[in-house]
Amino acid sequence: MLKLTGIGKRFGGLTALQGISFNVTKGSITGIIGPNGAGKTTLFNIATGIYPPSEGAVLLDGKDISTLPSERRARLGLVRTFQNIELFGKMTVLENVMVGLHTQSKSGIFSCAFRMPWQMSEERRIREKAKEWLAFVGIPELEEVEAGTLSFGKGRLLEIARAMALEPKLLLMDEPAAGLNSSETAELAQLIKRIRDLGVTVALVEHDMDLVMDICDAIVVLNLGTMLAEGTPREIQDNQAVITAYLGEEV
Amino acid sequence: MEFLNQTTQYLISGLATGAIYALIGLSFAIIFNSTGIINFAQGEFVMLGGVLTIFSINVLHLPLLVAIAVAVAGTTVVGLVFERTAIRPLKNATPLALIIITIGASILIRGLVMLFWGKDTQALPAFSGNDPISLAGATLLPQHIWIFGVTLLVIAGNRFFFYHTISGKAMRACSFNRRAANLVGISVGRMVLFSFVISAALGSLAGVIIAPLTLTSYDVGIMLGLKGFCAAIMGGMGSGFATVLGGIILGILESLGAGLISSGYKDAIAFFILLLILFIRPQGLFKKGETERV
Amino acid sequence: MKSDHIKFLVFALLVLLAPLPLAGGYLTNVLIFVGINGMLALGLNLLLGYAGQISLGQAAFFGLGAYGSGVLTTLYAMNPWLAMLLVAVCVSIFAFAIGFPVLRLKGHYLAMATLGVGIIVHIAFNETIELTGGPSGLSGIPNLTIGGFSFDSDLKNYYLVWGFALVAILLCLNLVNSRVGRGLRAIHDSEVAARVMGVNARLMKVQVFTLSAFISAIAGSLYCHVMTFISPSSFGFHFSVELLTMVVIGGLGSVYGSFLGAILLTLLPEMLRTFEDYDIIVYGLLLVSMTIYMPGGLVGLPALFRRLLPARGSQHA
Repeated sequence: MLKLTGIGKRFGGLTALQGISFNVTKGSITGIIGPNGAGKTTLFNIATGIYPPSEGAVLLDGKDISTLPSERRARLGLVRTFQNIELFGKMTVLENVMVGLHTQSKSGIFSCAFRMPWQMSEERRIREKAKEWLAFVGIPELEEVEAGTLSFGKGRLLEIARAMALEPKLLLMDEPAAGLNSSETAELAQLIKRIRDLGVTVALVEHDMDLVMDICDAIVVLNLGTMLAEGTPREIQDNQAVITAYLGEEV
Repeated sequence: MEFLNQTTQYLISGLATGAIYALIGLSFAIIFNSTGIINFAQGEFVMLGGVLTIFSINVLHLPLLVAIAVAVAGTTVVGLVFERTAIRPLKNATPLALIIITIGASILIRGLVMLFWGKDTQALPAFSGNDPISLAGATLLPQHIWIFGVTLLVIAGNRFFFYHTISGKAMRACSFNRRAANLVGISVGRMVLFSFVISAALGSLAGVIIAPLTLTSYDVGIMLGLKGFCAAIMGGMGSGFATVLGGIILGILESLGAGLISSGYKDAIAFFILLLILFIRPQGLFKKGETERV
Repeated sequence: MKSDHIKFLVFALLVLLAPLPLAGGYLTNVLIFVGINGMLALGLNLLLGYAGQISLGQAAFFGLGAYGSGVLTTLYAMNPWLAMLLVAVCVSIFAFAIGFPVLRLKGHYLAMATLGVGIIVHIAFNETIELTGGPSGLSGIPNLTIGGFSFDSDLKNYYLVWGFALVAILLCLNLVNSRVGRGLRAIHDSEVAARVMGVNARLMKVQVFTLSAFISAIAGSLYCHVMTFISPSSFGFHFSVELLTMVVIGGLGSVYGSFLGAILLTLLPEMLRTFEDYDIIVYGLLLVSMTIYMPGGLVGLPALFRRLLPARGSQHA
C-alpha cells in the first residue's frame, strides 16, 4: 500500500533521515518505533506531504506522491493524525468531523450561499455521517461541545473520528497513545483494530511498547535517522541491535 | 551631457533617501529579530524625530544639537511606553492581534501629533546651511553629506553593537532562539524593551536628518515607514548590510523612476518593488534559501 | 437553523421600519452609509474573521467599484446596472488573479502586500486624471433608475442600499453555516490540519478574497450612484483602517458584528461632529484597547460577561 524507497531528509547541515526503505502492507497495522530523535516524526511529515524528501520516493498504491501537497494526498486516501492533536478548537466536535467530510462533498461558494437543494441534502448527509463516526469512536454525546475544551483523551478520539470521515485507505497516526492512561490506551487498541477491520491500513509511530507489541502485525525500527530493523513483533523483541539502541550496551 | 548630469542628480538624491530607508529598515529588522513583530508604528517614530526637533527649536528655543537629542530621547520614551503598554501584555497574541495593535498605535500617535501640532507641513533648517557643492556635474547639498555621514556612523555602530558587545550579542541570541536565550540567563523581556528603544532612536534619527530636505508633517510616517519596511524585506530582515543595500537600491530606483518616468507615480514605484519582492523572493534579495525544522 | 432565520427576519424588519420615524431626515442619509460600510465590513470579515487572512487594502476594491461605475456611466454613458455588474465581475477577476500570489504570504507580509496593492490603486486614482478627474474627483454620476423610477432621494437610496445589504447578509449567513464556512474556519484554526483533511486551503483563501472583492465592488458602485460625486480621498489607507476597526469592534467572525461595527463607526463621527479630526485618535484607541481587552468584539460581549461573572454555586461556606 505504502512504499518508501531510499528516503533521505536534510535540514541545512543536519541529516535527519537516510536510506529509509520499507513497505506497509495493505490491511496491516504497522508500527514505527525508535528512540527519541530517530526521525520518526520527520518520516511521517514526509509521508503526509508537510515537506518533501531530500531524496527517495513515497509511493501510494504504486503512484509516486513524493511531491504532492497534503490536500492531494488526502484525496488519494492518505490521512494522518497529529501527535499534538490539531483540532479546530473554536468549532464544535461535530463540526470538526464534518470538516473531515469536506472531500466527500462538493458544494462550492455559489451553491452554499444560495442554498441550492442539492447543497441542502448534501449538508444533511454530511451531518448524519459525522454523527456515525462520532459513535464509532465512542463519543456521540459530545457533539455540541467546543472542541478546544475537550480533555486530551477525548480530543484524541475526535481527531481519529475526523480522520476516519475521509474514509482513508491508509491512516497514519503520530503517537496516538501519547498522554493516555492505561485504560484509555486499551480502548485505543480496540479502536485501532476496529479501524483495521473496516479495511483501513494503519501505520503508527509509537513509544508505548505494550500497545505496539499488542496490535502491530509488522514493526519498523528507526535509530538516528536510519533503519535499524524490520519484522514481526516477536522478531523485533529478540533483536539484539534494537535492545541495544533502546537500553544501551551492557556495562 | 545634460542627461548625465540629471541622472547623477537623481542618483545623489536617491542615495540620500535610500540611506534613510536603510536606517528605517534597520529599525524594523531589529524589532522583528527580537520579537517576531513587524512594528507598523515604526514610521511614526521617524515622524516624531522630525516633529519633536522642530518643536524643540521653535517653541523651546533650544539649539540644534540639543533639540535633536531631545527629539531622539523623546521618541525613545514613546517607544518604551508603547512596548510596555501595548506589546508586553500581548506576549501570546496571534500575529493578527499584534498587527492590529501596532496599526492602532501608529494611528494613535499620528492623531496625537496632529492634535498638538496641527496638519501643516513644517520645515527644519538644514544643519549646516544650504550652499550647494558641485560634484560630477550635479549638486550636492551639505545636508546630503550629513545624511551619508550619520548613516555610515549608524551602520558602523550597529555592527559594533551587535557583534562586539555583550548586550548586542544577547539580542542576537534572542532572535535565533528565545527559549535557549532565556535558559542561559538572558532576560528576554529586557532585550525586547531594548530593541524597541534602539529602533525608536534609530527611526527618530532618520526622521531628523531627512526633515530639512523633505519637510515634515504629522503624516509623513506612513510612507517612510512602508518604504523602510520594503528595504528591510529586500535585505531579508537582517540587521546588517543587506538591509542597508536594500534601502539604497530602493532609494535609487525610486529616484530614477520618478525623474525619468513619472513623478506622480513615485510612491507607487516603491510599492511595486515591495510586491515583486514579496511575491518572488520574500526571503530577501541576498539570502540563500533556508530550510526550517518543523 | 430556525433561530437563525428568526434573527434575520427581525433584523430585516428593523431595517425596513427604521427610516419611518426619521421622516427622510439627515439620519436617513447617515444610515445609507451604515448600509454601505456594513457591506464592506462584511466582506472584510469573511476574509479576516472567518478565513483569518488580514487585508489592509479593502478600500481599493471599494474604490475600483466606485470609479469603475462612475467612469462607465459618465464618460461612456453605459447603463448603470450593466456597469455595476460588469465592474463587479472585472474587479473579481482582478482580485482572483492577484489573490494567488498575495495569499501565499502570511501574517505581516500579507498585511504589507495588501497595503501595497491598496496604495498603488489609490495613487492610480489620483494620477489617471483623464479618466477619474484626479484629486478633484469625478462628478455628474447618475442615480440608479428602474424604468421611470429614479433613486434620487435619501429614503429611496436607503431602501436600495439596504436591499442589497440584506441580500448580502442572507447569502453570507448561508455560506458561513455551510461546508464552505466550515472549511474557512478550519483554515483559520489550523491550516495544517485543514490541508491534511483535504481542504484546498490555497484555493479557498483566494475564493473568499474574490468574494470579498465582489461585495466591495458592488458597494462601491452603489456608493457612486448615491453620492453622484466621488474623489480619491475616500478610498485610501485611512478608510481601509476604518473598515478594519469596524470589523474588530463589531466582532471578528460575526456577520451581524460587521454591521454593528459599521453602525458604531459611521454614527460616531456624526455624533462627534465638532471633534472632526479627532476620529483618528479614537480609532487608534479603539483598535488597541479592543484587541487587548475585548478580542471578541462587541458581539462577544455576552460571552465575555459570562466568563467574568463568578461561577454560580461553586463556593458555599
